[in-house]
Amino acid sequence: MTNRVMTVLTAACAFFAVGILVLILGYIAAQGLSALSIQFLIDTPKPIGEGGGIGNAILGSFILLLISSLIGLPIGIAIGIYLAEFGGRGFGNLIRFIADTMTGVPSIIIGVFVYTLILAMRDFAPDFPQFTALAGGIALALIMIPIVARTTEEMIRLVPVSMREGALALGAPQWRVTLGVVLPAAASGIATGAMLAVARVSGETAPLLFTAFNNSFYTYYIDDPVSSLTVQIYNYAISPYPEWHAQAWAATLVLMTLILLINIVVRYLTRQKF
Amino acid sequence: MNDSQPITPTPVAAYSPGTISRVAALRRRLAPTGNTGDAVFRALLGASAVLLLVVVVMLIAVMWWNSRLSIAAFGWGFLTSREWNPGREIYGALPYVYGTLASSLLALLISVPLSLGVAVFLTEQAPRRIARPVTFLVELLAAIPSVVYGLWGIFVLAPFLRENIAPIFSTTLGWSPFFSGSLRGGSLLTGGIILAIMITPIITAIVRDVLSVVPVAQREAALALGATRWETSRVVLANGAAGIAGAIILGLGRAVGETMAVTMVIGNRAEISLSVFDPSYSIAAVLANEFREATTDLHRSSLVELGLILLFVTILINGAARLLVWSVKEK
Repeated sequence: MTNRVMTVLTAACAFFAVGILVLILGYIAAQGLSALSIQFLIDTPKPIGEGGGIGNAILGSFILLLISSLIGLPIGIAIGIYLAEFGGRGFGNLIRFIADTMTGVPSIIIGVFVYTLILAMRDFAPDFPQFTALAGGIALALIMIPIVARTTEEMIRLVPVSMREGALALGAPQWRVTLGVVLPAAASGIATGAMLAVARVSGETAPLLFTAFNNSFYTYYIDDPVSSLTVQIYNYAISPYPEWHAQAWAATLVLMTLILLINIVVRYLTRQKF
Repeated sequence: MNDSQPITPTPVAAYSPGTISRVAALRRRLAPTGNTGDAVFRALLGASAVLLLVVVVMLIAVMWWNSRLSIAAFGWGFLTSREWNPGREIYGALPYVYGTLASSLLALLISVPLSLGVAVFLTEQAPRRIARPVTFLVELLAAIPSVVYGLWGIFVLAPFLRENIAPIFSTTLGWSPFFSGSLRGGSLLTGGIILAIMITPIITAIVRDVLSVVPVAQREAALALGATRWETSRVVLANGAAGIAGAIILGLGRAVGETMAVTMVIGNRAEISLSVFDPSYSIAAVLANEFREATTDLHRSSLVELGLILLFVTILINGAARLLVWSVKEK
């Protein structure tokens, strides 16, 4: 009896969790589609009653992701290689622990950190810009690095040691073994880890509030404040205007499409391995 | 590449992180010319690792240094003072600490049974063809950004709670201090539920990991003794207890630092109230709302000190949780 009740209960838990997901995604699709149009994807924000769109926010998010990927991915992958190939003892474990702890640090703290650094900078150089795309990108990169490092390490460890031995036995120096043999073998795993990290930071809002800030216009200068989808969603959501609420849902639909696409692609690429 | 020193075969049994460096060390000994390429490569990789260390040390140092005004002004009293008044330059952290803890514990209260149920269903009871897609869908919950949860919380969850759930609690449990008053806008309850949804995939994933390393022999032994499937699951759960504790603590760590969703639904009022229907405030939320607009140095310093408290709490929580989860997985 208890057995049957508990089976039903645990199944109900799973059903409930999946139900919530369906509810949230369904709401986003239903509410978002009604406000979505080509014009909305191109326009810049406008005052209430004049429409407006999220073109600059889409471009801004793209710029921020580009900056953070350019900074975060190489450093994260380098740390991952170090941990897998050299980091066996004390220092390696320390870095591993720090990376794991960093992934648990709230992203708003990263934002506060970068912002206070910029304020300190402005004490020395008053012309130093307060809110920039670069600062936002750096904040996102700091969130990316530990995630990428740990997945890269795991993926490199899956490469059989015989491949390394073979290459070393042919007389290749270790750097060629790692870059020419081990990395290509682990490349697809590292790439999916990197994609998941990009998906993760593409949804970040808190670290951008004080760093990239916001911008009502198109900009591609990295020393300008820049708009992003997430900050735009936040500003519209807490505004008192129904028109902006509708735009928040539409912007959310765009953001979620991007994030779900990445997750499904990753799922498809890794379906045999796991 | 062109040095053709003879290399003796190295006996390598199994791959461990040190193996390759031992092979490389042997090779260096055999090739007395040394290898600049390797040295540069290793230095570059090591520098990246050191960079991470430097960032963490800087993070703590910068936060500490920028809270010095507040620490000097309020000392330990900062933690116990209830007043947060930028007009009078008086800052106390208690309402934020309380709101952070209360919303996170409420989230755990809802999320832990739910996550355990999902994890047991997925690892112990569901057939594989159901478990796989459900696992993916539950993991997708973790992919939804905080700000999207906040948006959904404001426009769907909060009205639903206000109109359909809160009245039921008010009429049945209204006499208790936890359900006194009525739910109007943002509340501790809305924040707690949103957090619960957000940490459920995280706790579920770790509990699944932990349960999957419990040896099959344990399950077989229980089944052989005539245990039902649920009784077997209980044996498995008991075996993974330490790891499950770790998973719960990791969930707590995530909940205390969650910012956007909480900021959007918790009501943002720095008051301490037992009732889950009352608005509250959290450390992360006040940082999101006030930090950029902080006008005086003391105000900003007090906010940084709040951040420092949050940072220390999350580092402690994560350290403890990692140790617990590792202790299970190493076995």
